[in-house]
Amino acid sequence: MTNSERKRLNGEAEEEEEDEDDNLNGGLEAWERSYADDRSWEALQEDESGFLRPIDNSAFYHAQYRRRLRDRSLVATTARIQKGLIRYLYIVIDLSRAAAEMDFRPSRMAVVAKQVEAFVREFFDQNPLSQIGLVTVKDGVANCLTDLGGSPESHIKALMGKLGCSGDSSLQNALDLVQGLLSQIPSYGHREVLILYSALSTCDPGDIMETIQKCKESKIRCSVIGLSAEMFICKHLCQDTGGSYSVALDESHFKELIMEHAPPPPAIAEFAIANLIKMGFPQRAGEGSISICSCHKEVKVGVGYTCPRCKARVCELPTDCRICGLQLVSSPHLARSYHHLFPIAPFDEVTPLCLNDPRNRSRSTCFGCQQSLLSSGNKPGLYVACPKCKKHFCLECDIYIHESLHNCPGCESLRHSNPIVANEG
Amino acid sequence: MASAPSKLYSDDVSLVVVLLDTNPFFWSSSSLSFSQFLTHLNQVVVIATGYNSCDYVYDSSSTGNQSVGNGRMPSLCATLLQNLEEFMNKDEQLGKQEPEGRIACSLLSGSLSMALCYIQRVFRSGLLHPQPRILCLQGSPDGPEQYVAIMNAIFSAQRSMVPIDSCYLGAQNSAFLQQASYITGGVHHKPQQLDGLFQYLLTIFGTDLHSRNFLQLPKPVGVDFRASCFCHKNTIDMGYICSVCLSIYCKHLKKCSTCGSVFGQAQTQSDEPSATNRKRKTTDA
Repeated sequence: MTNSERKRLNGEAEEEEEDEDDNLNGGLEAWERSYADDRSWEALQEDESGFLRPIDNSAFYHAQYRRRLRDRSLVATTARIQKGLIRYLYIVIDLSRAAAEMDFRPSRMAVVAKQVEAFVREFFDQNPLSQIGLVTVKDGVANCLTDLGGSPESHIKALMGKLGCSGDSSLQNALDLVQGLLSQIPSYGHREVLILYSALSTCDPGDIMETIQKCKESKIRCSVIGLSAEMFICKHLCQDTGGSYSVALDESHFKELIMEHAPPPPAIAEFAIANLIKMGFPQRAGEGSISICSCHKEVKVGVGYTCPRCKARVCELPTDCRICGLQLVSSPHLARSYHHLFPIAPFDEVTPLCLNDPRNRSRSTCFGCQQSLLSSGNKPGLYVACPKCKKHFCLECDIYIHESLHNCPGCESLRHSNPIVANEG
Repeated sequence: MASAPSKLYSDDVSLVVVLLDTNPFFWSSSSLSFSQFLTHLNQVVVIATGYNSCDYVYDSSSTGNQSVGNGRMPSLCATLLQNLEEFMNKDEQLGKQEPEGRIACSLLSGSLSMALCYIQRVFRSGLLHPQPRILCLQGSPDGPEQYVAIMNAIFSAQRSMVPIDSCYLGAQNSAFLQQASYITGGVHHKPQQLDGLFQYLLTIFGTDLHSRNFLQLPKPVGVDFRASCFCHKNTIDMGYICSVCLSIYCKHLKKCSTCGSVFGQAQTQSDEPSATNRKRKTTDA
């Protein structure tokens, strides 16, 4: 037999084997099936010399973050600079049969519940004086799950207990209920509704346009996050009341969209009447003092705070005193909101000049973390500079400073030029 | 076997005599080399809080400092002292004005912010990163104009779970440092006798975070979270808060002096809280 004949025989045999395998496995080998979902090769790209390297995510995240910052500052300059710091927010969760769909894994309902829990914690972290309430829509009827309150644990516990989905969804019933509940809050608070809508239809008993008009007159800001597709009625509702409408593409996008509602939105000045709110600043109860706390009705030793007006004992702050109704806060709670009022300016991107210049040698490290600003091969990488103090920072410090720290280390490390500031007031 | 009791009539100062084995026959055959014996795995970064500026003074993990010179420990201290002296000279050059009256405050908010940025970099360095914490050695009094910046830094440290310990060496009490340590879960202490400062530092602040679970460290006593009113700077129990800018007042007013909102009517035009008013925010007593 010649080589070609032998090869032909072998080739045919291989083809026959492959045909059998293909028919059994539906076109995929066993080892291939484990890679069907996880395509790690897509995270690689070629650089200029032809070598493979992972996609540079840091520059991508930084570009994303800068876009977010720009959008936020754009909105702030066009609207009033004031932000609504005392917010009363209702979260409406759609528990109709569309929420049981599995296009978000494991189901839309599970993803919504998990993100609402994270959102509630983040919300109270950024807005300690605000309150949240939960409303569910199931079988065409809207029910109030929890009343407006300032304790994250009670909301999360209530939410995790009631996660069954069935029936239709009703936008009008939810809005009617929320509007009735929000009419009872004080006039200095900002009223908001966040609707997490999975369904593509709504089953309403009357004219929803009237309800939307009533919401507009009550100055309630309604926002919707859709999980399936864009709907005209949601868009109209949000446009009329001044809220924002967005549709989530997948789980991580949904998380991003819901977290955008945690910082206070730019307040429209006419919506809330400015007022002086009477608040108490309780002191810690003395170590070893024994008393019955007014929230749990149990005997507690040592820990706790004493209401300055009626001397009742409360366990945690911020809260409303159960006996006399005084709102009790501590000064760090107020301080948590100050960075919303005094934001720092976004840093400017700096075109990479020659950093090997001896004049610039001191500037080749990030001022915050002392990381070298030169990328591999001694080439200058991407970095930013503060417009006020002109110090250089790396990209990660930029994101950390604007998202979490809210202080520019460079500006804080400079003595202010006018010394009379310290003695003013 | 019970530990030896201390003699009642000897001084409070201790003496420890360390007997160090330098037998070259052992060290040449041991797997641990002698120079490694004298170094340590913990990392230390020192940031100087000056009057006009703040800067990094020493970093134990940078490659320049790891070469131990002649293999002698003092080279680490020498680098630190030299950098400190350079920093003090530079700081003096930056501004010559002397404050009149009381002792001026230092730029604590700047160095806290720099420390937190460095710690974020450590977090990014991989899964097995060292456990960071911050120790403030502070003697200057609190500066009221730094209140907002220091609170921002404290909340950011609380979120990243970085304890802030503070050792206050000045005359009065520092409300900022007490709050910082309380909120972040660190230790605050004001040493009674400054001669024994090294002992305080070693026993209270030198221990790592795991060991703190079974050590009796100074507990926070009397942290005052009450606020001061903006009009008189008195500490108040009950006050009135402007719903727009959260300024604190002790009595009812018609108009907020910080943001200009008129109370009780729907406002049509109000000014934004300007940057100069920020400096009037005060601390707790």
